[in-house]
Amino acid sequence: MTAEIGPIPVATPVTVIRASRRWSGLDLKELWRYRELVYFLTWRDVKVRYKQSLLGAGWAILQPLLTMIVFTIFFGRFLGVPTDGSPYPVFSYTALLPWQLFEGGVSKAGTSLVAGRSLVTKVYFPRAAIPLAPILAGLLDFGVAFLVLVGMMIFYGVRPGVAIFSLPVFLILNLAFSMGLGLWLAALNVTYRDIGYVIPFLLRLLFFLSPITYPASVVPAALQPLYWLNPMVLVVEGFRWALYGGSEIAIGLALISAGMAVLLLLTGMVIFGRMERTFADTV
Amino acid sequence: MTRQLHSPSIESELAIQVEDLGKRYQLGETLGGYGTLRDALARTAGRARSKLSPNSGAPAEHQAATIWALRHVSFNVHRGQVLGIIGRNGAGKSTLLKLLARVTEPTEGQARVMGRVGSLLEVGTGFHPELSGRENIYLNGAILGMPRREIQTKFDEIVGFAEISEFIDTPVKRYSSGMYLRLAFSVAAHLDPEILVVDEVLAVGDAEFQRKCLGKMGDVARQGRTILFVSHNMSAIQRLTEECLVIDRGNVVLRARSEEAVDFYLTAGLSQHGVKRWEAETKPAAGPFSPMVLQVLGPEGRPADRVSAVMPFRVEFEYSLREAVSGLRVGIYLTTSKGEPVFTSFDTDDPERFVQLPARPAGRYRSTCQIPGTFLNEGRFVVGVNASSFRIRSYFTDEYALSFQVDGTGAPGTHWPEARSGPVRPGLTWSVERLEP
Repeated sequence: MTAEIGPIPVATPVTVIRASRRWSGLDLKELWRYRELVYFLTWRDVKVRYKQSLLGAGWAILQPLLTMIVFTIFFGRFLGVPTDGSPYPVFSYTALLPWQLFEGGVSKAGTSLVAGRSLVTKVYFPRAAIPLAPILAGLLDFGVAFLVLVGMMIFYGVRPGVAIFSLPVFLILNLAFSMGLGLWLAALNVTYRDIGYVIPFLLRLLFFLSPITYPASVVPAALQPLYWLNPMVLVVEGFRWALYGGSEIAIGLALISAGMAVLLLLTGMVIFGRMERTFADTV
Repeated sequence: MTRQLHSPSIESELAIQVEDLGKRYQLGETLGGYGTLRDALARTAGRARSKLSPNSGAPAEHQAATIWALRHVSFNVHRGQVLGIIGRNGAGKSTLLKLLARVTEPTEGQARVMGRVGSLLEVGTGFHPELSGRENIYLNGAILGMPRREIQTKFDEIVGFAEISEFIDTPVKRYSSGMYLRLAFSVAAHLDPEILVVDEVLAVGDAEFQRKCLGKMGDVARQGRTILFVSHNMSAIQRLTEECLVIDRGNVVLRARSEEAVDFYLTAGLSQHGVKRWEAETKPAAGPFSPMVLQVLGPEGRPADRVSAVMPFRVEFEYSLREAVSGLRVGIYLTTSKGEPVFTSFDTDDPERFVQLPARPAGRYRSTCQIPGTFLNEGRFVVGVNASSFRIRSYFTDEYALSFQVDGTGAPGTHWPEARSGPVRPGLTWSVERLEP
């Protein structure tokens, strides 16, 4: 076929396909180029979740609401857990919001590559889009459930201060931790299927290691630095502090938590970037 | 804009340049599924041990557990060329396409790809049953790398080509399989990449749909786009491509004009003559069915590469079942050396036999097909085999397992020395009556 062939446009991209270096890490530029795909995958997760469910958005409200009621009765009333002065329903609901965003995101991201194997083995795109989508999709549920929190705060007469402007920081920290853990688990789950069984267990442990049913202040001072290694401690305490001025957060402890989240995200990106080129062969 | 015909620089005319490309897989660990953390820990411990005692055999073991699916593959594809890739199952065709589509990375060598690559490794990738046709078009388009604006401008065209406009807002789980396929192919076909990689999409769908797909691919080719086309459909290969690569055991064994390549693949080169034995490494690793020997036997009962057109002969297929299989049917495909199908026949086509054999217990079997004399035309034919349970599972397929020659001596009408077209030359009953004086 040597018939009429025009010159190649100057912009024709040349792709060189070869084995990449051992520690190439995650290609963020490439992920950015595929942001539309990230958007569509997120949108698919949201659509599918809301499409054939009886209550649709209702679940996003009912889940934290019912959990909060049970917690309020058992931990608030029967056990008399201290709340650093705020009403127990607001105290636990404020914690459940970021927790459910984290839990839903990590459990779906962790198994996402295996669930999406038909994509992984058939088409090229930056693989990080797959675990990223369910984490971002969780933001819609989060937003819906947040409206209920606003109602509760009005009902209990809880008034946020200037600190509320710091809320996005804790939300981003939450997403970073979800993504860091999600990348680790998703990459490992491709090769080692036991990870899939470990995820629910890991999340349950983290739930009790996070100040959701109780305040962080109940942990003995000597153990505090260790306790704050869990980034969800900072996220949850940060949400409380930002929304209704819960207990003050020590900068040193906050740095431990934030540092841990960043470390997990960075190592997650490296390990994922290293393993992603063989996903299609292994999954 | 200056328009150059027959561009002087060879560089700018190339669409794909493959140099010494190779892909190694690790057996067991990767091909045979996934490991568990415990295995990995055990392996790491084993490696540590072997480092401490250098005499242990662990490194050799490690070497043996890998396989080169593709090695030392080099070729160029010019812009606008439609290149066919043929080879039997497991030869490395799909690995090559996966490497070029960047689904997986090569172990060695490199490939330079000039322009956007669209892959049709499997149509409908990422389709979600709960989403509507409209939603799936956007999702699938994004997965295939189409910007949203491009999907919007081509939306009507995509829907029109798929002929599903009245169902566009229905969830695709309610689609018939034909509609589903048409929509999936339509999205992919409107991708408009500079280089299109197509693998076996035509193996599915009805004849009308296949015709349409082939037409669309022809259009794409005429627009000067480069196409790599993998198929087992030899007539489609010959219609669409001018040149083909024949791949066997991870190597390019021939690059030639399609006609020659198909002939080489089906007869001279790869199919065996008279008898085909499956060695351990070419047998499917998993599943209850294991092929053993396929042979063409002449009237005297000996394996034959040549049979007479007038004498009956038989095709025997020996296989073993590792476990009982219910509803099994084992059969043959007969194809001409040009790839035109002649017939497909199964050992339980007789409904009575099918009822008698609801399940075959584990063991070794032989299915024999008697082929009557005075039936086939002269020429070379290819026998393929298939073992499947209808609509449940296909256990084994080798579409071009062995070939044999039919000698036309004495066939009906051979007293006229002319070639008769068509794969069969049956001895039919004629009567001639004089109706009027």
